[in-house]
Amino acid sequence: MSDTPVLADVIAVACAEAWRGDGEIFASGMGVMQMLGARLARATFEPDLLISDGEAFFIAGDLPIGGTDKVVEGWIPFRSVFDTVAGGRRHVMMGASQIDRYGNTNIANIGPWAKPKSQLLGVRGGPGNTVNNATSFFIPKHQTSVFVPVVDMVSGVGYDRAKKVGGFIAQRHDLRRVITNLGVFDFNTADHAMRLVTLHPGVSLDDVVSNTGFELVIPAEVLISRGPTAQESAAMNIIDPKGLRLREVAS
Amino acid sequence: MRNKLISETQAIASLESGMTLGIGGWGSRRKPMSLVRALLRSDISDLTVVSYGGPDVGLLCAAGKVKKLVYAFVSLDSIALEPHFRIARQSGTIPEPVEWDEGMLQWALFAASLRLPFLPTRAGLGSGVMDVNPTLKTINSPYADAEELLAVPALRLDAAFVHMNRADSRGNAQYLGPDLYFDDLFLGACEPGRRFVSAEKIIAAQDLLKEGTFHTLKINRSMVDGVIHAPNGAHFTTCEPDYGRDEAFQKAYVDAARDPETWKAFSARFLSGDESFYQEQVVLWRAEVKAAQEATK
Repeated sequence: MSDTPVLADVIAVACAEAWRGDGEIFASGMGVMQMLGARLARATFEPDLLISDGEAFFIAGDLPIGGTDKVVEGWIPFRSVFDTVAGGRRHVMMGASQIDRYGNTNIANIGPWAKPKSQLLGVRGGPGNTVNNATSFFIPKHQTSVFVPVVDMVSGVGYDRAKKVGGFIAQRHDLRRVITNLGVFDFNTADHAMRLVTLHPGVSLDDVVSNTGFELVIPAEVLISRGPTAQESAAMNIIDPKGLRLREVAS
Repeated sequence: MRNKLISETQAIASLESGMTLGIGGWGSRRKPMSLVRALLRSDISDLTVVSYGGPDVGLLCAAGKVKKLVYAFVSLDSIALEPHFRIARQSGTIPEPVEWDEGMLQWALFAASLRLPFLPTRAGLGSGVMDVNPTLKTINSPYADAEELLAVPALRLDAAFVHMNRADSRGNAQYLGPDLYFDDLFLGACEPGRRFVSAEKIIAAQDLLKEGTFHTLKINRSMVDGVIHAPNGAHFTTCEPDYGRDEAFQKAYVDAARDPETWKAFSARFLSGDESFYQEQVVLWRAEVKAAQEATK
């Protein structure tokens, strides 16, 4: 193994790490890198996770991304997904076109909602996800147009808004990790402001700070994101034999 | 015994401008496209459309038929963004967009199907959904926890379209694919009279268990007023296991939508006649694409 691991592999491992310790819950990945992360976690250190094919089935075994040779171990049509979300037995990793300091995210639209400059997907299940089950994010290009002071539409609820709602939602609100092409972030701070956890190899602190449009919490010691273990590399070759992950990372 | 077999045109003839229409399926999956295409040919307008949106919403927006749209997303799945919906939102031509969480849509339809005024949920609270829908109200649990919950109002439909794999002439309908989506709720939320099911094949009741188990019979005839025989009726969306999504055609649809002129040409080619005209044009188009591919080999 070379000294500097491939960035896409570092990111895949960082995505997988988001599910560490989750046990027997639905690990849901919205996107290629997110799906790879979930499958990698299950293939290595988190074997009890439930993984779907992105359509309607839970799959046993290490199904390659886009693979069709499925071993079905359960049925998870959309209605059951919604039930699982509300029941809290799920940790989803989504994308985000915008994210702020407290983890409010936006996949809905850029510009004013009433007449957007750019209409994206709509809020989808983001509001329900973020107040019901654990949510993480993978953002392929870390830049100030994504890491913004205020998101244009809150499709995913951040810590400040969850606190304002109070009660059950404030108590259980659980945004875990944000993984980008520059580093890994979490919200494990006193007021749940976003914190830098690790920098990917070769990325400087200034790269992160100058590409973030709000003040990040920077811990005294910043570690470097790890590359894959031999076991993880072997698992990635099975789950992503075509190297789709390489295309998911901004250069 | 009622025979409910009708044509798409007959179904559309029972609709009126200003109605609330629910459309089953999900994104670009098992959408009742032949009914949507028939609706495009009508002069019905000012619709309120409720949908887990795909090309159904895109086409109705492009045709200027949508006054109010209740949605959580509009997507073509393998192509994330629906071009006509984007254009409509960005140019402000949907007068009343109503953007909710996916689970809220389910709850609104379920509440209507149970004849309840609302159902409580946490989905939506704290999010932008509350900001852009100021008429949404919350309710406190009457029990000791007193939790404040979002009261999702029932969404009663005047008409509903769903597309199934099989149906009999009385309206018992069957899905053979991986997911019913929320098709039963669209029918349940709809006033009797305009609940329409299109199906790939019309079969006899005694044949309903030949291709799927009893679990696939979630729609019974008390939920259905009209049955339409619509082979390839979900095209270009998926209708597993009868056929998958026509990805090449979907891409052509998206490419055409980029420019008003190319969209005009696409519409003229595919959407200017009846359903059989559409299906004929799709067959011809496929042959042309194939010939072009072979010519470049």
